Amino acid sequence: MDEQKIIQVEQLKYEYPQSDGHLALNNLSVSINAGEWVAIIGHNGSGKSTFAKSLNGLLDLQSGSVMIDDLPLALDTVWSIRKKIGMVFQNPDNQFVGATVEDDVAFGLENQGVPRPEMIERVQEAVKRVGMLDYLKREPSRLSGGQKQRVALAGIIAQQPEILILDEATSMLDPKGREEVLATIHKLKQETNMTVLSITHDIDEAASADRIIILDNGQVYDQGTPADIFAYGQRLLDLGLDVPYPEKLKAALNKLQIEMPTDYLTTERMVDYLWTLHSKM
Amino acid sequence: MNKLILGRYIPGDSILHRMDPRAKLLASFYYIGIIFLARTWQAYALLLVFTLVLIGISKIKLDFFIKGVKPLLWLILFTVLLQIFFTRGGHVYWQWGFLSLTQYGLINGAYIFMRFVLIIFMSTLLTLTTPPLSLADAIESILKPLKVVHFPVYEVALMLSIALRFVPTLMDETTKIMDAQRARGVDFGEGNLFQQMKAIVPILIPLFVSSFNRADDLATAMEARGYQGGEGRSKYRILKWRTKDTVAFILMGLLTIALIFLR
Repeated sequence: MDEQKIIQVEQLKYEYPQSDGHLALNNLSVSINAGEWVAIIGHNGSGKSTFAKSLNGLLDLQSGSVMIDDLPLALDTVWSIRKKIGMVFQNPDNQFVGATVEDDVAFGLENQGVPRPEMIERVQEAVKRVGMLDYLKREPSRLSGGQKQRVALAGIIAQQPEILILDEATSMLDPKGREEVLATIHKLKQETNMTVLSITHDIDEAASADRIIILDNGQVYDQGTPADIFAYGQRLLDLGLDVPYPEKLKAALNKLQIEMPTDYLTTERMVDYLWTLHSKM
Repeated sequence: MNKLILGRYIPGDSILHRMDPRAKLLASFYYIGIIFLARTWQAYALLLVFTLVLIGISKIKLDFFIKGVKPLLWLILFTVLLQIFFTRGGHVYWQWGFLSLTQYGLINGAYIFMRFVLIIFMSTLLTLTTPPLSLADAIESILKPLKVVHFPVYEVALMLSIALRFVPTLMDETTKIMDAQRARGVDFGEGNLFQQMKAIVPILIPLFVSSFNRADDLATAMEARGYQGGEGRSKYRILKWRTKDTVAFILMGLLTIALIFLR
């Protein structure tokens, strides 16, 4: 039972300047195990992104403490913590630093002072992982949004962090690009067993997590497995969140007086339930 | 915006394309410097042949270079006409008040014209055969000695390469904003000068604001990836000085000697 806690956050508070006392994070305490895939959901302004940015010191802590892999976040540890955490942000264009794909992937390695021969190897390897090997010399203006996010991901992979934070990384992509990026992350997670923290509005992305944390008003509103959380149905909608497609179908069928089970159904279980119901009729 | 030839790069695989960008940059500057050594028609003929041979080697169509001259055509004509009508000396062909058409005037006009064309051809050749990024690398490398006087060479190079990388992105955004404003009834390029300038505001302000947001996002992303400034960084792209780069400078030296000889 004694799993290693890779992220431990205690009593985090954060207030943006000029926010008139509104706390973006209000006594937030969360811990995340190594190798876990956690999705953080919540409506706009619930403090998701603030939380992500406070993990690697992009925002100064105002009160509370953050421990990453047994290292407390402080002024002198912030760079070693940033080495452990890779972040992919929302806008694919605004996080592309390099002039070409390979330059961008190498950027993080250059920052760490990795010698050039090793850098070339790691860049090749990372770009291959995300399936962008044919695009090494391409400029960002000639790539699609999904491809740019895959390059951003490759930049993170090359740095070999222990934790991957996706700060709404798929929210500006088309459905195909989103699928590509998520498939790449799933594969990566399997191969390296890194800890993934995905902050998202995309309910299908959340459904594939090990655990979902709902944030509301800078606090943890609830947490649990996707099955637990999505069983809330209407309560999620009241929080301004979406529910997965089978849940929507269930609600619609309930309205038609068709009796449905109350627990959460994945697409497969929904199909199973429907055909057993059909054969009983 | 596609008419702009200056600063464009045309991918290719000629010797010029494969040269070290530092060598190209320095050699082009040097060449532009020695153009002013030429004082006789033989010297200009030599320079013209040299430039045309280089253009031939680059395998880029001459059209591109002529297009490069076009935007500067009025400036060239203006300067050449000034030279022709205001230079005195030699045989006088025609005179009217302070304007005169003289032998020296015509010769000087022709020389100025040649200088303009040669300089534009050479600088166009430089940008057409060198990717902007390599140019940025070259500038960084050439400025390196200035580190002694605490000039922030690395930061300047980073700024240059980020600026170059965002040019197409911002161009796209400008077109998007223009279309969006057009859809809302803004007329661009219509009316008098004042009205035209006023129509620019609804493009400029959104563009500025979004650039601030971009800069903020980019800085956050860079920091998250461990960027701490120029110290202690290694480099992915490196420049290599090869024999052909040295040869270029030997050629430049020979050209200088020839020009001095032809004075």
